[in-house]
Amino acid sequence: MVVALVLVLVAVGSVVFHLLSPWWFTPIASNWGYIDATINITFWITGFVFSAVVLFMAYCVFRFRHVDGRRAAHQPESTRLESWLGIATAVGVAAMLAPGLFVWSQFVTVPAGTAELEVVGQQWQWSFRLPGKQGRLGTSDPQYVSADNPLGLNPNDPKGRDNIVIVGDDLHLPIGKPVKLLLRSLDVVHDFWVPEFRAKMDLLPGLVTYFWFTPTKVGTYEILCAGFCGIGHPQMRGSVVVEEENAYQAWLGKQQTFEQLTKKQLAKK
Amino acid sequence: MLLFLAVVAAISGWWLSQQRLTSKPWLEEGVQGDFPGTGASSLPAAKLGLGVFLAVVGSLFALLISAYLMRVSTTSLNILDGPKLPGPRLLWFNTGMLVLSSVALQWAWLQARRRQMDGVRVNLLVAAVSALAFVAGQLLVWRQLTQSGYFLTSSPANSFFYLLTGVHGLHVLGGLAALGRTIARAWPGVATEPMRLGVELCAIYWHFLLLIWLVVFSLVMGWADDFADICRALIT
Amino acid sequence: MGEVIFGSGGVVPAAELPDVELYHAKTWITKYVFSQDAKVIAVQYSITAMAIGVVALVLSWLMRLQLGFPGTFSFISAEGYYQFITMHGMIMVIYLLTALFLGGFGNYLIPLMVGARDMVFPYANMLSYWLYLLAVLVLVASIFAPGGPTGAGWTLYPPQAILGGTPGAEAGIILMLLSLILFIIGFTMGGLNYVVTVLQGRTRGMTLMRMPLTVWGIFTATVMALLAFPALFVAAVMMLFDRTLGTSFFMPSLVSMGEHLKYGGGSPILWQHLFWFFGHPEVYIVALPAFGIVSDLISVHARKAIFGYRMMVWAIVIIGALSFVVWAHHMYVSGMNLNFGFFFAVTTLIIAVPTAIKVYNWVLTLWHADIHLTVPMLFALGFVVTFVNGGLTGLFLGNVVVDLPLSATMFVVAHFHMVMGVAPILVVFGGIYHWYPKVTGRMMDDRLGKLHFWVTFLGAYAIFFPMHYLGLIGVPRRYYELGETAFIPKSAETLNVFITLAALIVGAAQMVFLFNLVRSLFNGRLAGGNPWNATSLEWQTPETPPAHGNWGKELPVVYRWAYDYSVPGAERDFIPQNQPPAGVAAQATITAVSAAH
Repeated sequence: MVVALVLVLVAVGSVVFHLLSPWWFTPIASNWGYIDATINITFWITGFVFSAVVLFMAYCVFRFRHVDGRRAAHQPESTRLESWLGIATAVGVAAMLAPGLFVWSQFVTVPAGTAELEVVGQQWQWSFRLPGKQGRLGTSDPQYVSADNPLGLNPNDPKGRDNIVIVGDDLHLPIGKPVKLLLRSLDVVHDFWVPEFRAKMDLLPGLVTYFWFTPTKVGTYEILCAGFCGIGHPQMRGSVVVEEENAYQAWLGKQQTFEQLTKKQLAKK
Repeated sequence: MLLFLAVVAAISGWWLSQQRLTSKPWLEEGVQGDFPGTGASSLPAAKLGLGVFLAVVGSLFALLISAYLMRVSTTSLNILDGPKLPGPRLLWFNTGMLVLSSVALQWAWLQARRRQMDGVRVNLLVAAVSALAFVAGQLLVWRQLTQSGYFLTSSPANSFFYLLTGVHGLHVLGGLAALGRTIARAWPGVATEPMRLGVELCAIYWHFLLLIWLVVFSLVMGWADDFADICRALIT
Repeated sequence: MGEVIFGSGGVVPAAELPDVELYHAKTWITKYVFSQDAKVIAVQYSITAMAIGVVALVLSWLMRLQLGFPGTFSFISAEGYYQFITMHGMIMVIYLLTALFLGGFGNYLIPLMVGARDMVFPYANMLSYWLYLLAVLVLVASIFAPGGPTGAGWTLYPPQAILGGTPGAEAGIILMLLSLILFIIGFTMGGLNYVVTVLQGRTRGMTLMRMPLTVWGIFTATVMALLAFPALFVAAVMMLFDRTLGTSFFMPSLVSMGEHLKYGGGSPILWQHLFWFFGHPEVYIVALPAFGIVSDLISVHARKAIFGYRMMVWAIVIIGALSFVVWAHHMYVSGMNLNFGFFFAVTTLIIAVPTAIKVYNWVLTLWHADIHLTVPMLFALGFVVTFVNGGLTGLFLGNVVVDLPLSATMFVVAHFHMVMGVAPILVVFGGIYHWYPKVTGRMMDDRLGKLHFWVTFLGAYAIFFPMHYLGLIGVPRRYYELGETAFIPKSAETLNVFITLAALIVGAAQMVFLFNLVRSLFNGRLAGGNPWNATSLEWQTPETPPAHGNWGKELPVVYRWAYDYSVPGAERDFIPQNQPPAGVAAQATITAVSAAH
């Protein structure tokens, strides 16, 4: 009796908790609204299955609990029932998987003409590199890293001279324009994550990974590291500022290129 | 690795299909004599155990080799791979030694079944000596390589070579310990049952190690590069 | 075997098996310390696993204290925190759950349930335990090593696992890897035993389809473990070389803390592939024995045949096979080729179907049953609730796009704790309450057992259910402290305090269990041979606790499957597996006795 009641409470309580909970996603600020939609579909389907199974158990425990003289039925299987349940499950799973794969195919196809920029992770800070006037990113390698060249750009690559290097400052993005982030790490595995943009991706040393999104809301968003990277992991923060096109251009004009930075360093010496 | 798993899956699938998995056990009372072939396996436990153990060893090498292939077939930002290892001629000699060892054991097994104890003893010794020669040869290869500047840490390709040959060599040494026990059993010159089983198990193990060595050898000699290309095409 | 003609009054000879050479212990030491008896080894495994489990429990308290009350406890540093989570994870997954299910339950139950006298290679079985103990000791030693144990997270991802920015990169990581290598060698010795004993040691009449699901679960899990652990072995050896000899298997050229290191050319993602090729099957290595055991608990205590036995067996085998082709669903955001996401999302969600069928069959077994709400049954019911909950959240994370926002958040932590932490541990407890009378001859205390159940079940649910919502907000895992984070509301901290309090209470409830375990050894009610009126062979031993060799002079002969409960027309509501069908009974017994030698 008590057991059945507690089981009912667990099922109902979980659903009520879900409905009343103040804890939910932060408001979205990118084009990946489909991800939230898929999660909602999944919540409805799984929530139904969970309640159904637990309530069924509760009923059985209440109705078929042992009393003197009771004897269980003899019913080793029912292939029909099992097949139907199996098919129903397969349908439910497909209903969650299909939208998921649909959205994923959008995620893996970067639209043509997407602007590229580079995010570099190291213990424990974020740095960025934007293409300059030529619109190309030059090559890089950790072996070039030095105090004057914190991101390891190839000094002999003409394509890299006009690249804009941002170390220890915010990244700005123009609103409404798709952007492809090329991710690179100088030391260990990191993960670039802005919860408002939903998507995230690891940064691996020795490899360039990527993902794309379109910022859709003006604001300042916090970058977290979501790949455990040592003691300073929680402190590895940064900011992305999403702003209107003209504000963005004004900011861009103030940034320094790789060439300017190296010259300044030489002048100091 | 997936290839290896497919083989294991095929074997276990075949075995399971022989076990009347679709029977409805609650309708059947009585002893299993009514259903031949579903009882406990009639193989000696040690032989079955060796079979399962070989599956584990196979898994180990399949994983090492897939790791190597994956490493070869994923391009990374900065390829610092040194020049390819030269396949020293000594490796051919070593391969020959291992083949000889395997053949000798096979022969010993045949003679053990015919109870020709003299032949068994000679063949076991030949197998042991040639296997030792193989291990010594491998060590010599290592020495030659380090002398010509290919160190363990020179490049991942070199590291994989030392790792693969090292793990394989350790398995041969482990086998030699078992072979030593079998030789000790064979020495009194009586064809006992445990002795014959021991020879048989050693022979199976040796063939298996030879097979693995041939795969590793083909990798080292670069004959498997086409295969790596296929993997690369699959991954990228 | 053709001479057996069942049902026509034929002669049923006693079970004859190629006699396992029983090792006869001569001294106290070889009987109880360096014992080759699977039952003693099982107890040794269980006690060691539970002892190291207590360490993991204390570690979880410490990390919860930090998360609930950040900055309050000066003795918890950032280094310490990461060391706690790493050790907690490693211990729980490998040294506790794997060892307890396979080494503990496997060793005790396989020979008894299939009607064997012992494991087929008792000597290797003994070595298996001692290597396991050595692995545990090396692990414990790493806690006291200079620099402390490794704090790389239980996944030990390179390069950080062996670089200076991570605690324990000096000696801790080396000892960790050595311990894993020892564990795997030890496990392989035990695993060979479990597999070959099931294949070869079954008594007469024990066909595969008559085996209890517990044996099926442990058997399949062991086969999987034998194939999957080599991946971890290979990876551990390679990382050990990277750390000690300076090879670059997993190490690309990199700059750590402004310093150029000598590594170059390696691939960190290779580790992730190898690790998860082991790591995902590992989830099922823990889950399948739990599936098997819980099926038997439900069937025995509901006095009803497990519903859909055939489907249950097929599901175990199919899940075992499928679990080898889903590993990269742990790596959706790892930077591997994004197109892999399609394949692994599909395989991952396909696995949900056989798993769901198992759940349906557990609850359908309750339909028109005769449910005895004993302590083992309560734990079995608790398992179904938590497993369904955790399994369903797996559908979120397995679906590749949903994983994008949720991976590496507390949602993941809540999911895997529910599905492979709480659920299997509830089965471990249920199993211990169920088989304790066979192991010791005494019952465990019922009232303490119920108290233990309610606090553990409801408490664990209260810890992990709300934790999902922290993950939805975006609270990341493996954060020593959240600090000021704009999008995380203050109320999340309150929730963290609540979770910490629940965790402290649940932890304390485990002391009740340990107390019960020890006290019942001396004070428990005498159990008799078959206190639950169960059908399977382990309850039919001539002596309780079973003596060395398990079966006295004659091996039992099996006449029926393990689930003959409430058979219509039968006198009692259960028929033991070794009870001959009516008509041949008398003769069989007589032959058995006269065949004794």
